[in-house]
Order: sequence, then structure tokens, then C-alpha cells
Amino acid sequence: MNSINDRSINIGEYIPAPDDDMLICRCEEITKGEIRRAVHDGMFTLTEIRRYLRTGMGLCQGQTCSKLVKSIVARELQVSPDKLEPATSRAPMRPIEMCILANERKEEA
Amino acid sequence: MKHSADVIIVGGGIIGCAAAYYLAKRGVSVLVLEGSSYIGNGGSSRNGGGVRQSGRDPRELPLAMYGIQKLWSTLSEELEVDCEYHQDGNLRLGKTPEHLEILSGLADRARACGLDVKMISGDEVRTINPYLSREVIGASWCPTDGHANPLTTTLGYYKQARKMGVCFLTEQKVTKLKKIKGKLRQVITSTDVFEADTVIVAAGLDSRPILATVNIDIPMQSVMLEGLVTEAQAPMFNQMLGTAEADFYGHQTKHGSFVFGGTLGLEGFTKDNGTPISNSLAASSTCRGIIKYFPALKHAKIVRTWAGWMDLCADKVPVISPVEEVPGLIVACGFSGHGFGIAPAVGYNLAQLVTEGRTDVDLHELQYNRFHAKS
Repeated sequence: MNSINDRSINIGEYIPAPDDDMLICRCEEITKGEIRRAVHDGMFTLTEIRRYLRTGMGLCQGQTCSKLVKSIVARELQVSPDKLEPATSRAPMRPIEMCILANERKEEA
Repeated sequence: MKHSADVIIVGGGIIGCAAAYYLAKRGVSVLVLEGSSYIGNGGSSRNGGGVRQSGRDPRELPLAMYGIQKLWSTLSEELEVDCEYHQDGNLRLGKTPEHLEILSGLADRARACGLDVKMISGDEVRTINPYLSREVIGASWCPTDGHANPLTTTLGYYKQARKMGVCFLTEQKVTKLKKIKGKLRQVITSTDVFEADTVIVAAGLDSRPILATVNIDIPMQSVMLEGLVTEAQAPMFNQMLGTAEADFYGHQTKHGSFVFGGTLGLEGFTKDNGTPISNSLAASSTCRGIIKYFPALKHAKIVRTWAGWMDLCADKVPVISPVEEVPGLIVACGFSGHGFGIAPAVGYNLAQLVTEGRTDVDLHELQYNRFHAKS
């Protein structure tokens, strides 16, 4: 069993760090400290971190910060980053206006 | 790793997490077994966030009313997360006389159960929400309905339950329930054996094969639904919206984005490869539905789409019930796509059922043995 599947494992106390105010997810303005605290709240996977804090849920959909978030979470859990599955990528690749999505039938104006 | 507890909950969705939280508050030791790698990975994280009483089946309406009167308004404080709960009403919109007929039927049935819901005209609708198009000729209006954030609410229950000592294990796929001396005792997964006095099965669609191991069957079907979210918009309105046709539903979130869900017309027949995958037709179909009602959102950009399965019960309301043939077993599944809004009430009443053998809300119409042949 993967150690992070037991959500009661001891990962120690949250210790404030001098760079906790650093912005990691720029779209949603989430800091390193918020990500670290979320891990101590029990969010052990990148999917849960995203749903809890909105990291990677903004305009770039995590294309900028997902690797940074992964390394912060891995360090906090004291596991190798390859133990952490990336959060699922979702369509569309780039933001699309509703009227364009709604008009995928070419012949209609 | 913990292998026994007073109560084992199979399923780490919002029902399981809420039940775990309210049980822990009552001093009960709880172990939650989640089959996937994530807490709240099914419908709990994929729904539209409605906290609504209107439009509900009278059999589950009392749960919705109980949650809204007793639990939702203080939930953010209690869970120490922002559940983003808004109680600014629900408009269910109609564009044709047939729509209005459906809506007034629903409103009549809800009023008979004591809910304040009424029919209003197109102009009254636009007084409440000026962004709606002239095509809307009427709506049902329930001022005590609202919406919340399913992600923070689900994970908030998890976080608080965990803080109170509830043990959560992920990737523990339950393969078998086992009775010992006539009473349910063991929960067996592919790697471990767990023991408890009471077992709550709240595993959505996966409840069915699990319950089959003690010869209980709940008639449920998997139906995929899809959602989408826009980039943040300036604040426009706080009501929850739906339509008589169910072509879309949604609300504006605290973040500013609009979360919408919609139906495509092929629900129950879409293709998947074992994971819920967005259908290429769905987002376009939902956008067309939305623009007809909200022309102002036409240039809003969609940043993300997703899909999820609902555990559609044969009669479209959940099973929340102890099982007579299997002492120690409680079932809570088949929420049929509208479990989020009632989840706090369900969790609270499940905790009462375990600790007091009774519940505040009368659940007798949601029993597991209510399914019979039609003749």
C-alpha cells in the first residue's frame, strides 16, 4: 500500500517558513503556505489540493504551476514526487467563448 | 494502520465524509474506506452545487428542508472552510406553456409538503434576475433555496472528521462484506480485512456489487452527466437556476465563474472507457441552452469541462436505510444526481441512526426493500 493512502500517517506539524507568502498559482493567487497547510489538513493528492484551494483551476488550467505544486506537496509529505499523480487535464485546451462552442454546426449563423 | 472501529463507512464521498464527521462528534470511532485514490472523487466533486428543496420528490423533500433549516447556514463555521453557501433562492425557468405546466405541478406538490414555493410571471422573474432573456415567460420561485461549493464542502467534512480522529484509507476497494454469527462484522478489501459493529455502505454505484455479497440489491443505473465552468465574470446574481426542460442548471460562484451543468439527451447511452469522459457534443449543447436564457453570457469563455456518473435509482430517490436481513448494515446510496444538497442532513441522520437507533427525519419512504414488480 502506498503510504499516502493512509490519511492518518504522521507528517509532523506544519512549521511556518519564510517563503510561505510566495505566489505559486498566479491565476488564482495561491501561496506556498496555503498549499503546505492544505497538506496538513489532509489533502494528500494533487487532485484534492486543486479542489480544496483552486490551484490550477484558473485561466491557464495549471499549465504554469502544476509542477511547482507537485514538488511542494511531495516535500511536505516526505515522498518522491513520482508518487503523486498529476491532476486530470480537462478540455478545452484554451478558453473558448460560449457563442463559439455553441456554434459548432458550421452552416448555422 | 487501523483495522477496526465502531463503524466502517464504505465510500469517501460527501455522504461518507459527512456521516463520519457527525459520528466522530458523537464520540464514535470511525474508519472510512475509499476505493479510488481520492476523497470525494465521484458525484461529490462533479455536481452543480445546488442546495435546493424545490423540484424534489416529496419522499426526499423533508431531508432537504431539514438540512436547510438546521445545518447549512452554520456549516462554513463548523467545518472551518468556506462552503460558499448562498441562500438567495432558486428560479426554475420556463419558456413555453408546457414548461409552466411542469413547473406548477412541481410547485403544487412541494407546497403540499409545507415548502414556500410559488409560480411567478416573466416580468417578476426579470425583477429578481434582470439578465434573463424575454423568452422566459414564467418560473417557479423558492426563496429559501440556494447553492454551495461541493468541493470545499466535501473536503471540509473530510478535513474536520480527520482532525477528530476518523481514519481514512484510500485505494481500499471493498470486495466483500461478511457476516459472523448472523451479524455483519467484516469488510474485506483486495489487501486487508477490517472489522466493525456497524457498516455504512455509501459507495455510489459501487455499492451494488458490494451489497450483492450479502444478497442485497438496489436497482441503480450509471448515467453520465457533464458540467462546465466559465472564467470569472463580474458579480451578476446569486440565485440558483434551473429549467423546466432541465437543459441546463447553474449559478455564479464566489470566485466569479459560472458553473453550469446540462443534459445532452443521450444520458444513459453515452460511451465511456471506464472513466467519465466529456462527450464532444455536450459542452456545445449546454452553451446553446444557456445563451437562449442568458444572452449576456455569450462571450464568457469556458475554461474547463468535466463529466461524472450519477447513481440513478429506479425510482429516482436514494436508499437510506438499515437492512433487516443483515444486522449491522446501513445503506446510503442511489442519490440519483441530487445528493449534494441533502448530504449534511443525510450524514447527520445516519449518525443518529447508528447512535440512537432513530432519526429526526422520517426515512421510511427511502427503505431498501421498497422496490416491487409492477404487477
